[in-house]
Amino acid sequence: MTELNQLIQNQGLALLGPQWWPLVWTLVWTLIKIILLITPVMILVSYYTLAERKVIGYMQVRYGPNRAGFWGILQPFADAIKLFCKETLIPQGAKRAVFFLAPALTLVPALLMWAVIPFSPELILADINVGILYVLAISSIGVYGVLMSGWSSNSRFAFLGSMRSAGQMISYEVSLGFTLIPVILLSGSLSLKDIVNAQQDMWNIIPLLPMFVIYFISGVAETNRSPFDLPEAEAELVAGYFTDYSAMSFGLFFLGEYANMILVCFLGSLMFLGGWLPPIGLLSFIPGIVWLAIKAGFLMFVFLWIRATFPRYRYDQLMRLGWKIFLPISLTWVFLTAVGLHLFGKV
Amino acid sequence: MMVVDVIFYAFAAVTTLAAIGVVSSRNQVHSVLFLILTFFSTAALFVLLEAEFLAALLVMVYMGAVAVLFLFVVMMLDMDVSDLKAQAINHLPLGLAVGAVILLELVVVLSHSHAHVAAASTVPNTLAIGRTLYTQYLYPFELASLILLVALIGAVVLTLRERKKVMRRQVISQQIARTRSEAVELVQRKPGEGA
Repeated sequence: MTELNQLIQNQGLALLGPQWWPLVWTLVWTLIKIILLITPVMILVSYYTLAERKVIGYMQVRYGPNRAGFWGILQPFADAIKLFCKETLIPQGAKRAVFFLAPALTLVPALLMWAVIPFSPELILADINVGILYVLAISSIGVYGVLMSGWSSNSRFAFLGSMRSAGQMISYEVSLGFTLIPVILLSGSLSLKDIVNAQQDMWNIIPLLPMFVIYFISGVAETNRSPFDLPEAEAELVAGYFTDYSAMSFGLFFLGEYANMILVCFLGSLMFLGGWLPPIGLLSFIPGIVWLAIKAGFLMFVFLWIRATFPRYRYDQLMRLGWKIFLPISLTWVFLTAVGLHLFGKV
Repeated sequence: MMVVDVIFYAFAAVTTLAAIGVVSSRNQVHSVLFLILTFFSTAALFVLLEAEFLAALLVMVYMGAVAVLFLFVVMMLDMDVSDLKAQAINHLPLGLAVGAVILLELVVVLSHSHAHVAAASTVPNTLAIGRTLYTQYLYPFELASLILLVALIGAVVLTLRERKKVMRRQVISQQIARTRSEAVELVQRKPGEGA
């Protein structure tokens, strides 16, 4: 590996000279690292869609997709090829530039957040010291894709859906942010790596169980998933904000939603379930990334489980839950955590 | 040329062009979208100055909250731009005065400040901001939060209308507390007789 690196460095220096080569190499190396991160995420996203259909299928006593390849294993590729080959329709009176920017603005923030997720102590693309703030900041951009798609489609269904969705995402972002503050208080750091390392003795879920429950429910609402899938309530709004999208521009919304769901699960396991740390010290021979995958995988399963179990919320119930129940509880818990830390002399 | 320079000029160009787009675009929703782009590229410039905390706050507060409200309101309004354009000449003196003041301030600040701000210190800037805010500027900070609280309560008071005559409110705890026997009535009808 070092020989290969040496060879590339020498060839590059000879080709571009000492002035331009370091610049080009930095950009190329960053690009390689980004591709190495995004490719597994996209594969995970595509197979999560298959897992969803299979799991819900079995929960409803049917098979789910089982035609494309053995056990339906090629179904994501079949779906992708179908979406790529379809015609992209533009509704009459749509604002073209905004219309095509909106799906990209849904997917890009969903992928950007993966940059700071530590998969193990070493495996992290950008180890910045305000990791959790970065995630919260980027996740607040996601609402623009929804608003822009609803406005630019020039359709009432899409506009109503996007208004609902934006209201929901803003409301639950608040309680999501407040559930993370006790975690930050306990670990005394904004860096995701330090937050996991601070859970060496005790996972954050033990002192902060109510916060974890609120975090997860808010995460479900934040990603517009069932039972909070009002933005795309198909019985009233056709498909909500992406009613008028077809082919791959629809596919981008889909990918963004699933990438966000998986991210909520990974973030939850990092913040509350000890990330890559094993549950007991004896099991530390298993690599950390496997532990993280098990924890996140369980949360991902719970996402599907919830979808197969609960009926959809009404919009006023949704707002009541977010503002009148989750927000006061999480605010109180922030206060209690701070008082507890002060009393036990940790600060 | 360093990588950082290239990135700086790219984001600076985007910031300037987007700021021009805010005032020049004909559609007001496009204006707001350009404004959001300006915020975002400014946040990127903050990151280049190693002020990650400020960048995250800028994105969270301005993009995540303020600009969303702008967008909400502007999308709902049915504004006639040509009507607004016709009146623009009336507001020209005021606009020019505000612009002149800002220009003057910029000139004063730029001529007196040090060109290079020392960014990388040993303390992370989140910690540095926290320390300064809670020691040196504790009273102004608490005062500011008190003013915000008053504004918050004021907004609630202004919009709260108590309608006592019509009680259409749904009490969810009552709805959930219903039992099957209260909610469902089972009736047996013979085929052909029911109505």
